[in-house]
Amino acid sequence: MRRINRIFTVIVFFFLYIPMIILAVASFNKGTDIAVFQGFTFNQYKELFRDSNLLRLLGNSLIIAVISSAVATVLGTVASVGIHSMRGRMRSAVMGLTNIPMTNPDIVTGVSLALLFAFVGVLLRINSVLGFWTLLIAHITFSLPYIILNVMPKLSQMDPDLKEAALDLGCTPVQAFFKVILHEIMPGIISGALMAFTMSLDDFVISYFVTGSGFVTLPVEIYSYTKKPIQPKVYAMFTLIFVTILLLMVAMNLLQARDTSKKLRRKEASR
Amino acid sequence: MSQELIRLTNLVMEFDGERVLDSINLYINDKEFLTLLGPSGCGKTTTLRVIGGFLTPTSGDVLFDGKRMNEVPAYKRKINTVFQRYALFPHLDVYDNIAFGLRIAKLDEKEIDERVTEMLEIVSLKGFENRKVTSLSGGQQQRVAIARALVNRPKVLLLDEPLGALDLRLRKDMQNELKRIQQAMGITFIYVTHDQEEALTMSDTIVVMDKGKIQQIGKPEDIYNEPKNAFVADFIGESNILDGVMLEDYKVKFFGRTFACVDKGFEKNEPVDVVIRPEDIDIVEADAGHLCGTVTSVTFKGVHYDTIVDFKGFKWLIQTTDFCPEGSYIGIRLNPEDIHIMHKSEYSGMFGDYSSYSAEYDEIADAEGSEDEA
Repeated sequence: MRRINRIFTVIVFFFLYIPMIILAVASFNKGTDIAVFQGFTFNQYKELFRDSNLLRLLGNSLIIAVISSAVATVLGTVASVGIHSMRGRMRSAVMGLTNIPMTNPDIVTGVSLALLFAFVGVLLRINSVLGFWTLLIAHITFSLPYIILNVMPKLSQMDPDLKEAALDLGCTPVQAFFKVILHEIMPGIISGALMAFTMSLDDFVISYFVTGSGFVTLPVEIYSYTKKPIQPKVYAMFTLIFVTILLLMVAMNLLQARDTSKKLRRKEASR
Repeated sequence: MSQELIRLTNLVMEFDGERVLDSINLYINDKEFLTLLGPSGCGKTTTLRVIGGFLTPTSGDVLFDGKRMNEVPAYKRKINTVFQRYALFPHLDVYDNIAFGLRIAKLDEKEIDERVTEMLEIVSLKGFENRKVTSLSGGQQQRVAIARALVNRPKVLLLDEPLGALDLRLRKDMQNELKRIQQAMGITFIYVTHDQEEALTMSDTIVVMDKGKIQQIGKPEDIYNEPKNAFVADFIGESNILDGVMLEDYKVKFFGRTFACVDKGFEKNEPVDVVIRPEDIDIVEADAGHLCGTVTSVTFKGVHYDTIVDFKGFKWLIQTTDFCPEGSYIGIRLNPEDIHIMHKSEYSGMFGDYSSYSAEYDEIADAEGSEDEA
């Protein structure tokens, strides 16, 4: 039984990671034929960093990802504190409402946001409303639930006496938040922010509907590539993105692991 | 005792229509050690939280130095709290935890350092300045929590079952330590506990609470010797509580016999509750006793034996150093000062019968008491 389990694990990992490995190998391939490895080279990477158009698109994606995840993190954290202070039924109702957009298909979210923006555009008499700002708003919107999802459990796990202890020692509620509560929920905020960042970076479906020709992100542009052969330098870029996200995820997991072991130690100490 | 510091008048607290505190009237003197004592859910913690400013009463007033404080938030009150589970800030070390309140008050670092160092000495935690609070033992965390509160030199310190999580030995040490600190610093302590022994050991005044009402206020000796009703008699120590009739002043009748007692001021022939403490009863030969009964169980408790004796179907607890084997027929004698008379109350008939007595009774009650209350 154990052996079968192990074999299955290997197979699952194989299927999960083999595409990435092929992509990475292809990015170092001298030839253009994927099937034949003709020798190791960094040429594709050199090409990539010479292609100002691709770099600009990557820059666009990063700008949107950084700003939208930062804004969503602040808004989501504030919202979480608000939801946490609600009582019983009200709290579960609001939590349900924030969770629904996550299960909503991207295409539905994308189309409805596009409609909303078009509607606002007509109201404000702007011709082409779609662009950087609509894209940013859309990304903040779909990131928000993920922040709340990550921060809420940290707030519930926190000893409620900590806030009262801060108030008791003379903190105003705002001081209590920055001096005590924020430290306690920080791991949740960071993992939420990382999640929002990666979600924003690779979003295609929603972005496709809410952005105009003026401001295009990398995934939207690359989608149009699939109709013509992909240049090998794109493999190089994907490999870099994959490695970056992999490192972020590893960092996030390490952070969480450290956090839980700290909690465990605290529990033992208080026993 | 010196002047009055805190007064609660007709305090009522309701959560979702449920009355948790019911017209609490209480005053607390400066430099007093006052204990709110009662089983879990009796409202003692709620009372403490109202005084601390974490709850606003539904009606009634909280007065400090004669000024109404109902709406003043916690951070503006000259009160500090030691929380049940300490609530130390895990991201700060021992020193920064203690300095927290002083830094919020924006004192200069030199004075902060002096006061924190002084506090560390008082709670015997010198050399622990830079330790993580999470690496400390329960007793040490407890002392950091006390130092963190006291360093602000509050007029009043609130303590919410602060020793609940410590083992027996450490609890005894900390009881003495707290009493010493309270006397040395001259601060009013308001202490919440469900542990009657702790209350009797440490307090100047005990407030016994149950079902959101104050049952009795008094000095430890008075609470023990002159309980007001069956609840207090049963909650503070062990009691045999019997139905009796007060024939006239100094004369009470129960179990078909008339006994001399030291109580007066009751109506003629008023039905009363009679309290007899288990340790006050003298066991004698059967023919010399006021009452005679059969021993049904004996438990060795170290200092004494818990002896259960059946008197005509009503079982008494007698604590005695004399061993009487199970099944023996014995007599007891009662002196007038061993008998305490109480008016009938809603608690009459609920306590004081040891028919279902077992040796684990106390421990079960304690375990229940240490549960959280709202």
